[in-house]
Amino acid sequence: MSNLFSLNELATNESGEIAYIHKDSIMRHRLWDLGFTKGAKVRILYTNPSGSPRAYLIRESVIALRNEDASSIKIELEQNREGVRNEDGVNS
Amino acid sequence: MGLTVNSTGTALLKEDLSLTYLEEDSSKTAVVALAGNPNTGKSTVFNNLTGLKQHTGNWPGKTVAISKGQYTFNDENYVIVDLPGTYSLFADSPEEEIARDFICFSRPDVTVVVVDATCLERNLHLVLQILEITTKVVVCVNLIDEAKQKNIIIDTKKLAEFLQVEVVSTNARSGEGLKKLQEAISNVALRKEKPDTCIIRYEESLETHITKAIEILENTKIEFLKKRWLALRILDRDQSLTKKLENYFPTDQPNQLEIFSEQLFNQPLVGDFRESIVLSLYKQAEIIANTVTSKNSQANKLRFNFDRIALSKFWGIPLMLLCLGIVFWLTLVGANYPSQLLSQLFSQLEEYLFLGFNYLPVPQLVKELFILGIYRTLAWVVAVMLPPMAIFFPLFTLLEDWGLLPRIAFNLDHLFQKSGAHGKQSLTMCMGFGCNAAGVIAARIIDSPRERLLAILTNNFVPCNGRFPTLITMILLFFSGSGILASFSASIIMLLLIVGAVFVTLIVSKYLSKTVLKGIASSFTLELPPYRKPQIGKILIRSLLDRTLFVLSRAIIVAAPAGALIWFLANFGVNGQSYLEIFATFLSPLGKLMGLDGVILAAFLLGLPANEIVLPIIFMAYTSHGSLIEFESLTATKSILLNNGWTSLTAFCLMVFSLNHFPCGTTLLTIKKETGSWYWTFLSFLIPTIIGIASCIFVSQVARILSFL
Repeated sequence: MSNLFSLNELATNESGEIAYIHKDSIMRHRLWDLGFTKGAKVRILYTNPSGSPRAYLIRESVIALRNEDASSIKIELEQNREGVRNEDGVNS
Repeated sequence: MGLTVNSTGTALLKEDLSLTYLEEDSSKTAVVALAGNPNTGKSTVFNNLTGLKQHTGNWPGKTVAISKGQYTFNDENYVIVDLPGTYSLFADSPEEEIARDFICFSRPDVTVVVVDATCLERNLHLVLQILEITTKVVVCVNLIDEAKQKNIIIDTKKLAEFLQVEVVSTNARSGEGLKKLQEAISNVALRKEKPDTCIIRYEESLETHITKAIEILENTKIEFLKKRWLALRILDRDQSLTKKLENYFPTDQPNQLEIFSEQLFNQPLVGDFRESIVLSLYKQAEIIANTVTSKNSQANKLRFNFDRIALSKFWGIPLMLLCLGIVFWLTLVGANYPSQLLSQLFSQLEEYLFLGFNYLPVPQLVKELFILGIYRTLAWVVAVMLPPMAIFFPLFTLLEDWGLLPRIAFNLDHLFQKSGAHGKQSLTMCMGFGCNAAGVIAARIIDSPRERLLAILTNNFVPCNGRFPTLITMILLFFSGSGILASFSASIIMLLLIVGAVFVTLIVSKYLSKTVLKGIASSFTLELPPYRKPQIGKILIRSLLDRTLFVLSRAIIVAAPAGALIWFLANFGVNGQSYLEIFATFLSPLGKLMGLDGVILAAFLLGLPANEIVLPIIFMAYTSHGSLIEFESLTATKSILLNNGWTSLTAFCLMVFSLNHFPCGTTLLTIKKETGSWYWTFLSFLIPTIIGIASCIFVSQVARILSFL
């Protein structure tokens, strides 16, 4: 499981599958209710000029999360694109 | 909660929140609960069924309190209750608890779950949870027009088979399918609740626990709740529920439920119970959604998505400002003509009134009280205040209906986060544009009490509709210049004022976050709903009517008595000085220091009941000494002000103070009601007032020093 990223580290339009949500996140319940569950597919759509919040496509709806909150969601990238990705996850 | 006659101004204070139990004669009337995810069109369904005018807007969390209405179908009465929109019923938030408690304890005859056809999977998550509580459910697949646009088709028959309940597809905005919905509701109302059913089978390890729990619960007397669901809740350690259930046990054995719970908790659970439930629910929702939905995804990709611009790094904020600027410009241009027309009409009418009064056997004083006091203030409020309000409001509602507000929240969030405030505070500020009291109420969408207080305390920095015309008048008289470009420059000045107001809000929020409301920004989630074509005709007409009614009622309730009071203060006094003069002279030193004068300060104080009457009071006071001046044109108005020693500095300071001073009476009472504390109410009075006085003094003194150089 080397290609696990925090959700906020993904680049715009990148997508992946949720591996898990960190146990300490006080938002776990809320995130589950919004559809951020293990195995669900997420895609990054938009990013605020300052980098946070970012808007995600999850189960056909668009939800914005602040990066602090998104960082507790761990993502397995859809394809192994590590060679293509920039280190900081900025869209290339 | 949005902006209508019922959701702005004093009507807010009458709202009854404690609606958990219904008094209606239950034998004759069926109770229908309306549940669903936020922003699925629940309120639209509600309005269409009941003919009520609950405000709808395109942002999640608008319905913050329960509203109730009724309708008749086939001679049967139905009371329909619009529950707050929720993503689940686990009662993690107040709205979820309200919705769940209503379905559990008020036991409606029918629960209608409104679901979004374009986003079925997540919506089914809630449907399945509700089905575990009750089977007397109608699933209303709404927004089928939007689904059609996205080439999504929902097979309602198949969905009904899956869920074993009635399913109706609707487009609530056009009214399509609502007859069928009413039929389905009446069918289900007559039906009996099915006995314990198993909607979802969970993981085997959970099921063993559930079976055990059900066995234990067989001994309780809670007949109205499904044992399986109750077992699940207890296993999930849902204390908000078990606490409420204590009332259902005889007092001589109060520990019964606790004993059961303890027995259950003794069984060690593997993994995270809640996660396991949620995963099973979603798995089932996925299976159902995939089977009943057919879509042509290619067409979807071809659609242009406006968010690419609205939420882009570069265009986002300029675009928001442009939208607001256009609204201001339209307001300024549009309000000009009707304002003049109304002024002329009113001054004409004033002459007739004078003539008419001559025939009546009333003393001169009474005549003047009515015409110079009450009538003139009323005329002022209506002529000057009404047109901009009646134009700005519908336009703003259009933007709201379209879906701009959540985008504003998205683009501004980082600023609020830096101030330790909640991202949804920008939504409450948008409501504040219409009415600060409504903005204060809207703060209910913020869960964290600290951040909610921040939103409440700072809402007043957004100029409400009552202050808006004051600002416009000042800009037009002193700053915008004249000619064709005047309306443009005025809009830009207005825009700058709003940017300034947001800036002050952020600074004050930050300061409060560091002092009395210490803390850091809590987490938040924001759903960005798709853009929806606003119902232009409907909104324009209703919003216009609403605003007109609102202003007129405020004018009658507040402006008329204020007019009488001002007239009295201006015409009576001691030692040859009127009370108003005495009052103004008393306030004069402070007023002068602030770049204003005593009369202006007096007007703000007397205008406490409503900001609309501040300008009228100023003019009343200036013109109270016999000389009749007609208010037909801006130049005439300006000459009155100039004769009383005004300069552009006075006008500027008035705008600053108008933006930063104590909230109006209604807003203060609403703050008291919402916070339940005089302390916060007092602070909300004090903070803007101090800022207003300080910045006025600063501005005027700097200006004076500069003019000496």
